Order: sequence, then structure tokens, then C-alpha cells
Amino acid sequence: MGDWMTVTDPESKYISQYTSETKMSPSSLYSQQVLCSSIPLSKNVHSFFSAFCTEENIEQSISYLDQELTTFGFPSLYEESKGKETKRELNIVAVLNCMNELLVLQRKNLLAQENVETQNLKLGSDMDHLQNCYAKLKEQLETSRREMIGLQERDRQLQCKNRNLHQLLKNEKDEVQKLQSIIASRATQYNHDMKRKEREYNKLKERLHQLVMNKKDKKIAMEVLNYVGRADGKRGSWRTGKTEARNEDEMYKILLNDYEYRQKQILMENAELKKVLQQMKKEMISLLSPQKQKPRERADDSTGTVISDIEEDAGELSRESTWDLSCETVREQLTNSIRKQWRILKSHVEKLDNQVSKVHLEGFNDEDVISRQDHEQETEKLELEIQQCKEMIKTQQQLLQQQLATACDDDTTSLLRDCYLLEEKERLKEEWSLFKEQKKNFEKERRSFTEAAIRLGLERKAFEEERASWLKQQFLNMTTFDHQNSENVKLFSAFSGSSDRDNPTVHSRPRQKKPHGAPSGSPVCTSKLTKSLPASPSTSDFCQTRSCVSEHSSVSVLNTTPEESKPNQVGRECTNQKWSVASRPDSQEGCYSGCSSTYANSHVEKDDLP
Amino acid sequence: MNFSEVFKLSSLLCKFSPDGKYLASCVQYRLVVRDANTLQIRQLYTCLDQIQHIEWSADSLFILCALYKRGLVQVWSLEQPEWHCKIDEGSAGLVASCWSPDGRHILNTTEFHLRITVWSLCTKSVSYIKYPKACQQGVTFTRDGRYLALAERRDCKDYVSILVCSDWQLLRHFDTDTQDLAGIEWAPNGCVLAAWDSCLEYKILLYSLDGRLLSTFCAYEWSLGIKSVAWSPSSQFLAVGSYDGKVRILNHVTWKMITEFGHPATINNPKIVVYKEAEKSPPLVLGRLAFPPPRAAAGPLSSTESKYEVASVPVSLQTLKPAADRANPRIGVGALAFSPDSCFLATRSDSVPTAVWIWDIQKLRLLAVLEQLSAVRCFQWDPRQARLAICTGGSKVYLWSPAGCVSVQVPGEGDFQVLSLCWHLSGDSLALLSKDHFCLCFLETEQGVGTAFGQRADHT
Repeated sequence: MGDWMTVTDPESKYISQYTSETKMSPSSLYSQQVLCSSIPLSKNVHSFFSAFCTEENIEQSISYLDQELTTFGFPSLYEESKGKETKRELNIVAVLNCMNELLVLQRKNLLAQENVETQNLKLGSDMDHLQNCYAKLKEQLETSRREMIGLQERDRQLQCKNRNLHQLLKNEKDEVQKLQSIIASRATQYNHDMKRKEREYNKLKERLHQLVMNKKDKKIAMEVLNYVGRADGKRGSWRTGKTEARNEDEMYKILLNDYEYRQKQILMENAELKKVLQQMKKEMISLLSPQKQKPRERADDSTGTVISDIEEDAGELSRESTWDLSCETVREQLTNSIRKQWRILKSHVEKLDNQVSKVHLEGFNDEDVISRQDHEQETEKLELEIQQCKEMIKTQQQLLQQQLATACDDDTTSLLRDCYLLEEKERLKEEWSLFKEQKKNFEKERRSFTEAAIRLGLERKAFEEERASWLKQQFLNMTTFDHQNSENVKLFSAFSGSSDRDNPTVHSRPRQKKPHGAPSGSPVCTSKLTKSLPASPSTSDFCQTRSCVSEHSSVSVLNTTPEESKPNQVGRECTNQKWSVASRPDSQEGCYSGCSSTYANSHVEKDDLP
Repeated sequence: MNFSEVFKLSSLLCKFSPDGKYLASCVQYRLVVRDANTLQIRQLYTCLDQIQHIEWSADSLFILCALYKRGLVQVWSLEQPEWHCKIDEGSAGLVASCWSPDGRHILNTTEFHLRITVWSLCTKSVSYIKYPKACQQGVTFTRDGRYLALAERRDCKDYVSILVCSDWQLLRHFDTDTQDLAGIEWAPNGCVLAAWDSCLEYKILLYSLDGRLLSTFCAYEWSLGIKSVAWSPSSQFLAVGSYDGKVRILNHVTWKMITEFGHPATINNPKIVVYKEAEKSPPLVLGRLAFPPPRAAAGPLSSTESKYEVASVPVSLQTLKPAADRANPRIGVGALAFSPDSCFLATRSDSVPTAVWIWDIQKLRLLAVLEQLSAVRCFQWDPRQARLAICTGGSKVYLWSPAGCVSVQVPGEGDFQVLSLCWHLSGDSLALLSKDHFCLCFLETEQGVGTAFGQRADHT
């Protein structure tokens, strides 16, 4: 195609012009040229176009075509001429080949054109899209730019405002300062004026005094019928230096008395406080000493030293004379030891608090979670077993129906089987009774388990309560200093000493006792669960499974060796899993036998009826 | 609760004798002394002119009647009715007169506070004290009557003189670091003297008996300062009411502030009981008190009855907008009084004139607020127990105790406007003073008293 396009033969000028007209010419300059040259030929071309080949010009047109084709690189339409003068013959085959090739070319071109057009369309749409995108982005840019400008404007305004406010604040401050200085100056001025006025007033007063008093006013006098005796009955004494001294003495006596009184009060208060302190210390020591072991076990470096201090203090306490020493010597020691003990107590109380919160939050969940997991596992197992049992029942039913069908078909076989089964019947009956007994046992066991769980819950609750009350009392005893807490201390020590040892036993018992994971964590939970046991469907299922399992197990037990069955009966804590495992392999058999037994029973009853 | 009949009175001059046996009252120029229990007239004295001031001597043997207009003081003896004494201050004039604690000396202050003259009833001796300061409370005696503290002003400086009352000898004389001393007050134990500056500056100084400065306290500056001061009877606390509407309590060990009580116009704390006086006459009674139960209803004596209702918090109290451009603005704590057991403090904030605030000193918190219908004129604690009597210038007297509060209508024809009141020493009776009359209110229902004085009233 490339060479086809690049052909620029001068001979084929007008052809290429034609082509350029029909199919876009590559260069406008060239087409211009061609157009210029082809103007006189335009008519010809037209006619030639309308009817290229007529009766008259077959030869010419053929030759023209040949020329054209050869220029385009096709083989000549004429046969190979032997001589130059001889007329060349038209080669039909070549013509057809050429035409075919032209057609192929045409198709190719069309295809290419289509492709190009679709591509063009695609590109156009892409272009549109991109243009849209561009427009959108431009818009966005514009809006964001606008926003930015707005924000900048706001920022500027705020800054302006801020500046204004700052200015105002400054002004206010200045004003305040000014006013204060004004007030101060006014005050000084006022004082000054006052002083001046007062001086004048004093002068006037003095003058008045002189005027009034120096006149020997006759009027200023006291008329009294007779002088009365002094209230204390004594006579007035002369004013001498002695009286002055006596007055001084008396004054100091009064002051001294007051100070003594106050000192006495303070001493009393001090004594009270000392008493309280002493008691507090004693109680702290008695409180903290039973704890000695625990912190030591924990190897707390800080408390360890403090505890040795406590021991020292305890020793110190025995010689109580130290308490009566003046505070100066003992004070530091005393305050330090009290502080230390207080710190221990505080940490202890915090620990207790943490423990309590743990018991309240995690304690529940911790043990509960475990038990719940157990419980869930257990229920899963049980559900599995239920499923198996149901399947078993189905198969049994199927078998039963089959047997019934077969039995209806031929009586002889049934009779045979009957006689054959009569032997078995006895054995099965035995099995059945045993089976029932076991079931009963299991029921009983189950009940005892639930009861135990309830009891445990209650016990746990009581324990919790006791613990709470103890904590409360402990705290109260810390604040009020009554002498009761020697007992409490014992209680406390008993608890604190053995709580960690006690707790596992308490918790482990339910775990051992309850194979189906009755929750042992919290009393509330256990009670709830045990209460809800009979009501919830899952538990009823559970019961069913239990019974089912027991049935199967008994069957299996019967089928297996007696050595295996015995531990099952004796060891009641044996898990269900064992039962199910034991029952699974012989389930078919067991079922079959069970079914057969029931069937046999019915049959027997039927037989017995008539 | 019984009321005596109504007696005539002038200038609100009515006083129980310190021993509680007598009651002195003035009608124009006559002085009437009655038995405090029976109210029978024991003595009747006639003065030269209208009496403007009376005062019992500490031993209840003499009564001083001051006639300021004439510059005269007349003294009467209860034991010897014929005994008389007249002190004439002449042209020097008279503005104040009081007894010395021994009951044998009279301290007269001349006009312009030129001097204080000490007249003795035992001897002819007359003492003069120069330069007394003209101030709110410039003369104070210790409780035991041994010492007199006197505020002085010399050469534009404040001084305090402590004198021995037995021979009027100067014991101590010291200057106080005040701009303008406004008042002095001894602690009840007689060992500490509180001196405070005028309202222009918040400053209170505490001096020992021997003149040492123990402490000074200043709560704030640049604002109106102290308005009222009160010692607790145990000398343990000093309550200072100021113009910022707060009471500050100082302790007697470090003389530092223990707490301050604000007087907010709204009360939000539900622990505080707000008694609101309501003028109604329903049978329903709220805020009953453990006073003696009402005797048989004596009939409706008054048209409008009032009772207390316990208002539910938050309560907003009526406040006055003080005129800021006038002198002595009606703001700040204007009245303070400790109960005799020092357990309670009653205050009145002048910007909330209708309310009395009662503070629990043991817990250092507001205990109760009594909101009256009209402005509180005066309140006084029962000298024996924690019981507060309040009057508002109406015809009722109000009593508060920790158990509750009650309003009592004063019986009698016409309106008896209680302007002032004073307790009897025993706390059993209460003298209610109006402009022209007075009557006694007996709180103990003793048969004799009840029958002797007919008119009764039951409290609402």
C-alpha cells in the first residue's frame, strides 16, 4: 500500500488527481498543481468518468488500463508480445487476476478505512472525554482558586480583627493602668487634703478647748447627793509608781493566763492527736504485719525495706516512752514511719481495689469464659451426638419399615425369625431393664450435678459477700479506731494468707464435678444457668441427647466387653465423648438390635393379643 | 408564746438590767423601772428633759439617763430612790455617755470629741482623756471590766490607748498603721484587740493586750473595705463583713482567713434550707418550730398572717441595685452576729435587705436563708441558746432555730410595728419595741406569767 500511495509519476498526474479527489490527497500543494493542470481536462475526465469504456474506445481503455496497472506494478494485461509492431493480445487471465487483486485491495482498503474510522471515532470520543475532563478540572481549579481567595480574605479579616482586639486590649490595659494611677494620685491627694483639713480642724479644736475649758466653766460640775461606795467595797488607792508596776504585773498575768490556757488546750489537742496517731500506727502495724510474707514472696524491693522498718517500729512501740518525748526528737522518725506505712497501706488498698474490680469484671469473665468455652464445646459435642442419634433413628426406622414390608410378604420367614427372636427376646429384655436402670442413674446424676452447681453458686455468692463485707469493715476500721479489729485482722490474715491457696480448690471443684461445663466463675451466672436449664430448648435437647447417649452407651456397653462397661457405670464422671466414641462403631448394630427388640416386643404383644 | 400588754415608750429606749431583774423604759422625760417578770412598776424617775439615752450600770444598781440636748447626765439609784446625781457638761456639750464597767464611773464625751470626762460617783475626782477619736466605735471595755481601749487621733495619726479601769492609768499607748481608724473591739477573752480601718481601705489589725501587733489582714485593695466586725463568744473566730458582700472568718491561732462566705443572690445548693416568708392564711403550716405548742386558739387577731415556706432550690433572692454614685452605698455585709455557743453566724447583706443568712461555723457552710417580705431591721441571738429573733418593722416577730423557723403575729389593737427587739438575759422573754410602745414576748409558757398578762397569741 505504501508504494501505491507514494507513486508520483508525471504520466499519472491526472489519475492521481482523480484519486486525490475521491480519496483525500496527501499534499494540498500537489493537488493544487494537479488541479491547475487538470482544468482543461475536466470535461474529458467527466465524460470519461461517466462512461469510461464505450464501444469505440475499448482498445484505448484497455491500453490505458494496462498502462495504469503497469505503473501500479501489476502485470501487463497484454500477452507478451513477440514483436513490437504486432498487436498485443489481451490476456484475459491477467485481467481477471488484476481485477481480483484490485478487489482484494479494495476490500483491504475498505477494512483499513473502517478501522481508521472507528479509531478516529474512538479518538474523537476520547478527545471529547478528555476535553470534558479538562473543562471540569478547569472549573475545579477555578472554584478552588476562588475558595482559596475567600479563605485568604477571611484569614486577612480575622487577622485584622485580632489586631484590632489586641489593640483594644492594649488600650484597656493602658486605661486600667491610667485609672489605677489616677486612683492612686487621687488617694494621695485626698489624704493630703484630709491631713490639711484635719490640721485645721485640730487647730480649731485646740482653740475651742482653750476657750471652753479655760473659762472655768461653773456649769461643768457634778451634783451628787452623796458619794457611793466602790463596787468592790475598797477605797480608791493613790496613783504611784507602785500602782503602775502592779498594773503591768496584772496585765502580764492576764496575758500569761491566756497563753497558759491556750497552751493547755493545745497540749490537750496534741495529746488527743498523739493518741490517735499511736492507735493508728498500732493498727497499721497489726494490719500490715500479717502481710509480710506476701510482699516478700513478691520480692517487692521497696516494701521489703519498709516492712523491716515496721518490725523496728513494732519493737519501738513496746517502749512507749518515746511517744512522750518532745516531738523534736521523734518527729522526723515518726512522720517518716507513718508516711511509709501509709504508703504501704495505700498500695495495699489499691491492690485490693484492683482485685475487687478484677473479681467484679475479669473474675466473672475470666473463669466464665473458660467455663463457657467448655460449655460450648460440650454442647457442640452433644449436638453432634444428637445428629448421629437422629440419623440412627432414621436408619432404624427405614430398617423397621423394610422389615415390616418383608414380614408382611412372607409369614414363614417372620415366623422363623419370630422363633429365632424369641430366644433373643429374653436377652433383649434384660438388656432393656439394665438400660433403663442406667438411664435412671444418669438422670439422678444429672440432677445431683445441677444441684451441686446451684450450691456452688450460692456458696460462691456468700463468699463474695463475706469478702465485700470484710473489705468494708477493713476500710472502716482504718478510719475509725475501735478495738474490734483484732478479730478483723485475724480474718484478714486468714484471708490474705490463704486466699490464693483457697481459691483454686474452690474453683477446681466445680470443674471436676461438672463435666458439661456448668459455669463456676460467678454465682450469678451459675444460678442463672441452672435456673434456665429446664426451660431452654437446648437443654431439653441436651437431656434427650443424654438419654439417647445413655441408651447407646448401654447398648454399646452390652455389645462390648464387661470390663469396659464397668468403669462407665462406676466412674460417673466419665465424659460423654467416651460414650459417643464407644457407641459410634457399633451404632449400626446397636440400633439394629434396639430396633429389632422393639419390633420384637410389638410383635410379641401382637402375638399375645389374640 | 405569750405577749404582755403594750406599754408606752419613746425613742426606743427600753433595756433589761444586766442581772435580768428589771426592765427600764423611757416615756419622754420619765424613766420607768419595772420588774422583768411581773412588769409591775418598781420605780419611776423624772428627768429634766427628754431622755435620749439610758444605760444600766454593770451591777444593775444605777441607771444613767443622758439628755444630750442639754448636755446633762442624770443618774438614778435603784436601791435608794431618793439618791440622785446630775452631771452637767456645760458649754462643752455632750454627745455620748456610758458607764465604766465598775458601775461607779461615767464616761462623757464632749462635743467635737474634744475630750472624754470620767466622772466618779465615789470620789470627787474627775479625769480627762484628751484626743478621743470621733469614730464608729472608739471606746471598748474588756469583758472582765479591767481595761479600756480608746481610739485616739493626734497629729493626723491614729493611736490606741489602753487604760486600766480601776485607776484610769495609762497602760499602753501605741500608734496603729491605719489611714483612718474606724473602730476597735476587744476579743471576749480580753487579750486581743481588733482595730480596723475606715471603709476606704480593707485593713484589720490585731493587737495583744501589751500592745504588740499580732497580725494584719487585708483581703483586697482599691475597693470599699470593712463594714462590720464581730468576735465569736469563744474568741476563736473574728468575722469581718465587707463591702464586697463577703464575710471572712479569721482564726485565733494564725490570724489567717479560714474561709469566706459569699452572699450570692441565687441559692443553688439543695442542702441549704431557704425559708421564704409567705403572706397567706391557709391552715397548712410549714416550717414549724419546736416552740411550745400553741395554746387554745385565741381568735384571729390579725388580718394578714404570714408563714414560712421552704422554697425549693434554686432560689433567687430580691436584690437592691445600689446607687454607685452616693456615699454609704447599700451593699456589703452590714450586720453580723455569732450565736452564744459560737456555732452559728447570722449575717445580713445590705444589697439583699430582706434576707438573713445563717451559717454553720462548725461545718463552715451556709445552713439556712430566711427571706422576709420586708427589709430586716434587726436581729439578735438568744443569749442562752441558738435561737435568733428577727424583726422587719412589721407586726411580726420571727424566730429561727436549727429545728426550723416561725413567724409570730404580735397581738394588740392597731399595728404594732416591731422596729427593734432585745432579749432577756435568760432567753425566756423578748422585749419588742415599736415607735411609741413596747411589749414583752414570753417564750416560756409558765403558768404564772401566762395568767398575769392576759393577752395571748398562738403562733401560726
